[in-house]
Amino acid sequence: MDKPFAITLDIGSSRANKTGAWRTERPVYTNRMPPCNDACPAGENIQAWLYEGEEGGAGYERAWRQIMVDNPFPAIMGRVCYHPCETACNRGNLDESVGINSVERFLGDEAIRQGWTVTVDVPPTGKRVLVIGAGPSGLSAAYHLARRGHDVTVKEAGPMAGGMMRFGIPKYRLPREVLDAEVRRILDLGVRLELDAKVSDLMALKDEYDAVFLAVGAQLGKRAYIPAGSAAKMLDAVSMLRDLETGEKPLLGRRVAVYGGGNTAMDAARTAKRLGASEAVVVYRRNKDKMPAHESEFMEATEEGILFKWLTTIKHVDEGRLVIEKMELDESGFPQPTGELEELEADSLVLALGQDTDLSLLDGVPGLVVEDGVVMVGRDMMTGCPGIFAGGDMVPFERSVTVAVGHGKRAAKNIDAYLSGAAPEPVVRPALASYDTLNTWYYSDAPRTRRPVLERARRESTFDEVVLGLDESNALYEARRCMSCGNCFSCDNCYGVCPDNAVIKLGRPGEKYLIDLDYCKGCGLCVSECPAGAIQMVPEEI
Amino acid sequence: MAHQEIKLYQTGTFVAGNRLLDPEQRSVQARMGRSNSLTSGHRACQGCGEALGARYVLDAAMRATDGKMVAVNSTGCLEVFSTPYPESSWQLPWLHSLFGNGPAVAAGVAAALKAKGRDDIRVVGQAGDGGTVDIGFGTLSGMFERNDDVLFVCYDNEGYMNTGVQRSGATPPAARTANTKPVGDEPGNVFGQGKFVPAIAMAHEIPYVATATVAELRDLEYKVEKAMTFRGARYIHVFVPCPLGWGAASSDTIRLSRLAKETGVFPVFEAEHGEVTEVSTIRRRVPVEEYLTLQKRYAHLFGPAGRPDIVARLQATADRNIARYGLLAPDEEPAGPGVAQDVAGEGAV
Ligand SMILES: Cc1cc2nc3c(=O)[nH]c(=O)nc-3n(C[C@H](O)[C@H](O)[C@H](O)COP(=O)(O)OP(=O)(O)OC[C@H]3O[C@@H](n4cnc5c(N)ncnc54)[C@H](O)[C@@H]3O)c2cc1C
Ligand SMILES: Cc1ncc(C[n+]2csc(CCOP(=O)(O)OP(=O)(O)O)c2C)c(N)n1
Ligand code: SF4
Ligand code: SF4
Ligand code: SF4
Ligand SMILES: [Mg+2]
Repeated sequence: MDKPFAITLDIGSSRANKTGAWRTERPVYTNRMPPCNDACPAGENIQAWLYEGEEGGAGYERAWRQIMVDNPFPAIMGRVCYHPCETACNRGNLDESVGINSVERFLGDEAIRQGWTVTVDVPPTGKRVLVIGAGPSGLSAAYHLARRGHDVTVKEAGPMAGGMMRFGIPKYRLPREVLDAEVRRILDLGVRLELDAKVSDLMALKDEYDAVFLAVGAQLGKRAYIPAGSAAKMLDAVSMLRDLETGEKPLLGRRVAVYGGGNTAMDAARTAKRLGASEAVVVYRRNKDKMPAHESEFMEATEEGILFKWLTTIKHVDEGRLVIEKMELDESGFPQPTGELEELEADSLVLALGQDTDLSLLDGVPGLVVEDGVVMVGRDMMTGCPGIFAGGDMVPFERSVTVAVGHGKRAAKNIDAYLSGAAPEPVVRPALASYDTLNTWYYSDAPRTRRPVLERARRESTFDEVVLGLDESNALYEARRCMSCGNCFSCDNCYGVCPDNAVIKLGRPGEKYLIDLDYCKGCGLCVSECPAGAIQMVPEEI
Repeated sequence: MAHQEIKLYQTGTFVAGNRLLDPEQRSVQARMGRSNSLTSGHRACQGCGEALGARYVLDAAMRATDGKMVAVNSTGCLEVFSTPYPESSWQLPWLHSLFGNGPAVAAGVAAALKAKGRDDIRVVGQAGDGGTVDIGFGTLSGMFERNDDVLFVCYDNEGYMNTGVQRSGATPPAARTANTKPVGDEPGNVFGQGKFVPAIAMAHEIPYVATATVAELRDLEYKVEKAMTFRGARYIHVFVPCPLGWGAASSDTIRLSRLAKETGVFPVFEAEHGEVTEVSTIRRRVPVEEYLTLQKRYAHLFGPAGRPDIVARLQATADRNIARYGLLAPDEEPAGPGVAQDVAGEGAV
C-alpha cells in the first residue's frame, strides 16, 4: 500500500487485542426479587408496574395491565390493602417507602375512568370449575381461571357479589361504584355468577364439575358469653355491617361500646359514629401495642374521635350501662383480671371478636381435614380431597382481602395444572434485592407525597370516602421514587462507567445491554455503580 | 452540577442516561453514537480511572467540536497503554512527543492550524499529573501566559504510575509510593507545601479553569463543553483514581472519586479569569477515613499501630478546602442537583 509522506506503518486498532482474556470474574445482568414484590400477598410484580408507570401517558395502561396479570382489583387494593409492600420497601431505609398503594389506586381509578378491559386470549379448555363464594378469593380464582380458558360458575349465597368487600368493609373506605366496576370486569370475561345460591351440600354438586374452589370466608360473628339484663342491647359487628349494606339501619343509641381490638372493631365504631352516635368507645382487653387492628385504621379512628378503653373486659351488660373490669398484663404479656370493677355508660354493645367459618356444606367430603374451625390446604391450595381447593378466610392464614386474592390466584394456577395433568409452573424465587445490593447515591432526594383526607366534619356524619386519591402529577412523582430494586431500569450507568467500552447498549426494549466479553476485563465497576443492583459478578471457570 | 436542573425524582441527573429524559438531555456517554475516542483493547489496568476520564473528556470535546479536533498527549500511562506498536486505541487525530513538552507541542499545533487558516480545528492537550505538575509545568505555564488556544487536561492519579508508582508533586501527604519513606516516624509522602495546579492556573487569569472527577459524569461533560466555548488557554484538572497505584479495588474507582469530593479532599469548582464562579457542594458529607481506608497506600495510618494524628492532619486539610471553596450547601437548601453557590471573591486564592 502507498503510504503518505513520512508514514511507514499500517494503522492497527487496539481492538485486535482481546483484553477479555484478563478476566477472572464476569458481570452478569440479573433480576433480583424486590422486597416489595416479595411482601405482596397477591404476588404482584410491583417493581415492573412502577417501571411502566414512571413513564406517564401510555405507560399507565401498561402498568395497569401488569397489575392485572396478578390481581384483578387494582382500585380496590389501592383502598383496602394493608400494603405490606410499603413496609418492606427499600426506599424506607433511604427516606420513606414508596407510596405503592396510592399509585396502585391511581392506576385502578384511571382504568375505570378510561374503561380499560382485559380479554381471554386462549381457546376454551372445556373444563368446568365451580367456585363457591363471590368474595375476593372466589372472584380472584374465577378471574384467573377464566383467563386460562376454563368455564367458571360462581355460586354466591348472598344477594350481591363482593363478600366482605361489600358486606364488611364500609363505604367510606371502599365506595361501591369502585367495587362494582372491578367485579363487572371479571363477569365480562364470561364468568357465570349465580346469586342467592347458597351451597348447602357440596357432595351433591361435586360431580357436575371438574374441580371446585371453596371460598366461603368466615361469616359468623364470634360470640362471647356475657351475662346480660333483659333490656340490654347487644349485636355482632359483622351482622350490623351486613344489615347496613342491605338497607337496614341498626338502632344503636347515643353511646355505643364496641368490644374487640381488630379492624372490624374500628369499622364498627366508625360506622356507629356515622349513624349518629355521639360517643363510640372501643373496649379491648389488652393494650394498644397488642391490638391486631392496623395502625392506619387506628389512626383514622382516633382522628374521627373514637375513644379507647385498653386493658378492660366486660363483665355484665344492662340497659344503658356496662360493668367492666380492669386487666393487667402478666410477664408473658397476657391480660389478667384485677378484680377492679367500673361502670361504663352505653346504650348498646357491638361485639367484634372475630369470625368463624360455617363449614356445614362440606359434610361428607372425603379426606377433608379441619383444624381449629378452618380447612387445611397444601401449598397448592388443595384440600385433602383431590380436585377440591380452598382459600381466603376459610383456610389458616392471615385474613385480608389481599391474602384472599393471592390464594385465588395460586389456586387457579394449581387447578389449571390439575385439570391438564401437567406439573404446575415452578415458582422462581430469585435472591432478595436487599438494601445493601443497591447504590443509593444515584437516587435523588425526594420526600413522599401524602394522600389528602376528607375533612373531619364530613367524616363523622357521612359515608363519603375518607382517603382521597393522588392526582396524576403526584402519582407520577411517587412512581418515580421507586429505585427499581434488583432490576435494570435503563439508566445507562453501566454503559457509561466501563473504562473498556465493554458494555454494549442495544437500545431495544427488553434487551437493554450486553457485556462484550472480548474486552471486559472484569473490573466490577459496572456492578458497583449500578444503582439498582441488577448486575452481579460471577467467577469465570478457569 | 449546577448547570442542569432536571427534577426527575428517581435518579435526577446523577446517572449517565435515564430513559425518562429526552435523548438531547442525556449525557454524551449515554448515547449509542458516542465517538469512543479511546476504544477497547487498550492495556489500562482493570478499573483504570484515567482511561475512563480520557474517554469522558474527549468524547465530550468531540461532540462540542463536531469532531474537528486534535489531541496531543504527554508520556504517561494514557499514552503507553493506548499505543503499543503497531496498535492504537485512538479514534481521533492524536499526537505524542515527549513526557515534558505536551503543552508546548499542543501550543505549536494550535499555532500551525492558525497559520493554515484552520482555527476551526480545536486542540486538546492531555497529560498525567507528572507531565503537568512536574516536568511539563514550565511549558504549561508558558502556554497559559501566552493564552494559546488550547484546552489542557490533567488526569491526576497522584503519582508517576506508568513507571511504577513514584511520587509526584501531586502525591498527597502520607500516601505511600515506591520512592517515599517506607518506615520511620512519618512513612509515606511528606507534608509539603502542596502544589494545586488549578489554583496556579487561576493565578494566570486564563479564561477558564475547572476541576472535576470521574464520579460526576454530567458535571465533567458540562465543563468540557463549556471550555470549548472559550478561545485562549483553558485548563481542566480531572481526579482519576488508580487502582494499582493506590492499592484499591478496581471496582472502587468511582466510589473513591465520589468520596474525594464528599470528604472535601478534592474540591470541585469552576473559575473564569481567575475568579471562582461555581462550586459543587457536598451532598452527603463523610469523614476522610471513609476515603482513606479503601486504599492500601494509607494502610499504615490505620489498625492497631495506626496514626490518628496523621489522619487528623488530613482531615484538617479537607476541612480547609471546605472552608476555602465553600463546599457546604446552605442548610435550608436540599443537597442534590441544581444546588449552586456563588463564592466569587471568597474562594479566589
Ligand atoms: C369489617 C371488616 C373490615 C375489613 N377490612 C379489611 C381491609 O381493610 N383490608 C383487608 O385486606 N381486609 C379486610 N377485612 C378482611 C377481608 O374482608 C377478608 O379477609 C376477605 O374478604 C376474605 O375473603 P374471602 O373471599 O375468603 O371471604 P369473604 O369475603 O367472606 O367472601 C365469602 C363469600 O362466600 C359466600 N358464601 C359463604 N358461604 C357460602 C355458601 N355456603 N354458598 C355460597 N356462598 C357462600 C359469602 O356470602 C361471601 O360472599 C375486613 C373484614 C371485615 C369483616
Ligand atoms: C524526560 C523523561 N523522564 C522520564 C520519563 C519516564 N516516564 C515516562 S511516564 C513517566 C511518569 C508519568 O507520570 P504521570 O504524568 O503522572 O502519568 P501517569 O502514568 O501517572 O498517568 C515517567 C517518569 C520519560 N519518558 N521522559
Ligand atoms: S396488593 Fe397490596 S401489597 Fe400488593 S402491591 Fe398492592 S398495595 Fe401492595
Ligand atoms: S424502591 Fe421500588 S422496587 Fe424497591 S422495594 Fe420500593 S417499590 Fe419495590
Ligand atoms: S466496567 Fe467494563 S471491564 Fe469493568 S467489569 Fe464492567 S464491563 Fe467489565
Ligand atoms: Mg500520574
